[in-house]
Amino acid sequence: MPIKLGEASYKERIQSGIENDFMRGAVSSAQGRFRSGRLKAAEELGNWEDWRTRGEEIRTHTLENIDFYLQQLSDEVSKRGGKVFFAETAEEANEYINNVVKEKEAKKVVKSKSMVTEEIGLNEALEEAGSEVIETDLGEWILQMDEDPPSHIVTPALHKNKEQIRETFASKKGYKNSDMPEELATFAREQLRKEFLSADVGITGCNFAVTESGAITFVTNEGNARLVTSLPDTQISVMGMERLAPTWEDMEVLVSLLTRAAVGQKLTSYVTAITGTRLEDEVDGPEEYHLVIVDNGRSKILGTEFQSALHCIRCAACINVCPVYRHVGGHSYNSVYPGPIGAVLTPLLDGYDDHKELPYASTLCAACTDACPVKIPLHEQLIRHREIIVEREKKSPKSEQMMMEGFAQWASHPAAYKLSARMARTSLKPWTKDEIIKNGPGPLKGWTDVRDFPAPSKQSFRSWFKSRQKKERGQ
Amino acid sequence: MKVSLFITCLCDIISSDVGKDTVEVLEKLGCEVDFPEQQTCCGQPAYNSGYLSKSKEAMKQMMKAFKDSEYVVGPSGSCVAMLHEYPQIFKGDPDWEEEANKLAAKSYEFTQFIVDVLGRVDVGSNFKGIVTYHSSCHMTRLLGVKDAPKKLLEQVEGIQLRELPLCEDCCGFGGTFAVKNPEISEQMVKEKTEHIMETEAEYVIGGDMGCLMNIGGKLSRDNRDVKVMHISQVLNS
Ligand code: SF4
Repeated sequence: MPIKLGEASYKERIQSGIENDFMRGAVSSAQGRFRSGRLKAAEELGNWEDWRTRGEEIRTHTLENIDFYLQQLSDEVSKRGGKVFFAETAEEANEYINNVVKEKEAKKVVKSKSMVTEEIGLNEALEEAGSEVIETDLGEWILQMDEDPPSHIVTPALHKNKEQIRETFASKKGYKNSDMPEELATFAREQLRKEFLSADVGITGCNFAVTESGAITFVTNEGNARLVTSLPDTQISVMGMERLAPTWEDMEVLVSLLTRAAVGQKLTSYVTAITGTRLEDEVDGPEEYHLVIVDNGRSKILGTEFQSALHCIRCAACINVCPVYRHVGGHSYNSVYPGPIGAVLTPLLDGYDDHKELPYASTLCAACTDACPVKIPLHEQLIRHREIIVEREKKSPKSEQMMMEGFAQWASHPAAYKLSARMARTSLKPWTKDEIIKNGPGPLKGWTDVRDFPAPSKQSFRSWFKSRQKKERGQ
Repeated sequence: MKVSLFITCLCDIISSDVGKDTVEVLEKLGCEVDFPEQQTCCGQPAYNSGYLSKSKEAMKQMMKAFKDSEYVVGPSGSCVAMLHEYPQIFKGDPDWEEEANKLAAKSYEFTQFIVDVLGRVDVGSNFKGIVTYHSSCHMTRLLGVKDAPKKLLEQVEGIQLRELPLCEDCCGFGGTFAVKNPEISEQMVKEKTEHIMETEAEYVIGGDMGCLMNIGGKLSRDNRDVKVMHISQVLNS
């Protein structure tokens, strides 16, 4: 699956999201848990704002020196027996990975959760080439069985409840027990254990690549990444080219921000780091290790006003506070990256043609910007996208262009403005009843489809102020 | 103290009473209020929709209008936050950069001005009723005005203040969002008004007419018996 999920139109997606009561219930309660968890964890830490500033500094410095750190990472990984491949496109990444799998004559591939492999559509590419791919993150495993895309970047099956999961297990795997989470989890463990033991290749994503020592690190709660990285003899890690942390100290700051911002945890159950292959004096490690660094449009973002979007550490805090996401759900964004960060990133990676509505799917309430642990000005970047859509791509509706032309004339000519202030009430009179407009004309329609609009005041403020001044002066 | 009122186009044309109350409160607190007539709209509808060059025409008009003002005070966190964006928007523009910086530096939201500049929290008002307060997004998150309105409301005699659940969540207004994405906006304002109903308040108070028009419009559509008031109206009671 590439970045884009399907062909349904924006309006259709929004509508089906809004009508999906199950999903909305699940999303809203998860958001509630994550949000209060994040706030509590930030409070416990005490100086959250200082941590955010530090996080922002690290990410800014890293991205400004990305060439140096990519080189360092590549050198260090190679020194430790790993092979590094830099993929400019999704196709190149998939082809390289397929070749490794083919060479090993591997039949079964186990994977831990990775958004970048969703982005490049790795599973489909592997399956097309004849491999069996097993997702081992519980959420991803459920989605894989259902052939359903993720709707959240941290908890991909957020939109499903336990009854639905039971249903999936029963129909796809012959599960017979209840929908108690413990029973469901036990079943998943048993099933997945078999897969781990029989897999030939393990594929992981990467939370942060520590460039000073060429270590690829993962932050997980289920421990599946540990099994993926310790059982199969051949290992492949796939990472977006921006996921770098120069030092272990930097990595520690970023992980502290990530786990707290994501779910309000001080630390996840597992923080795993792997470095290359088993060297001569080592007792464990894979026989073969490959690091695939994916560009896929990222380097085009470097040096633009959107560069800070590459600071993202994929914590989903922006998604968890977003009221638009809460009501429409992740799939409505039609991208593997939903929510505010998805609305910023998707058009950058995949162009405006298929995603031009996304930057407008926000009230610009700035809850995302406020929540982001590395201070990405998400709502401002949404405005930048809108500017590009309007002024460079010229993709905004004609009617809107005319309205905004009128706006500029109106707002830059006080006489015209004053006249409209005087006329507003009269011109809306035909639609006004008892000081309320219920069926507004033209651009008011969208408004009054949902709520009432008040009739303009009998006297504009400016005319009141003027007459008051006159009275005071006794005129 | 001399204060120029930045009325905002919504209050000027749609809710002029809010403007009157704003003027009267400021006068009661000893300010001399004038109204620069050349002012129009801060440009936000165009700016937030991506029409940068169009929005600049409005912004230039505003900078001209308030050129000679000492303080600029407006009854809207969102519109004042827009003025505070001018420096970044006109950065590097030899004709306007300085004006933009000056206007931003002297502009305040109404409650922010009373608390931070005038140093007052008790304005001597009296209002009987159960109220809840919706903190608007731009006022709290862009302008950073979080406590001023609550400090002022707490001092109003006779008022009963109830906490609004998820008070800082957006009401779904978002300027042109409300008409561009009415389906989503509807769900958001529905949730907001449901929380308001949970408080059993008689009044919902806010500091931004955009949000209040949205919330009030939904309450009115659903025939809810809750009145919407701008904070200046409460403070002038
Ligand atoms: S944009 Fe910020 S808040 Fe959103 S996922 Fe990325 S790091 Fe987290």
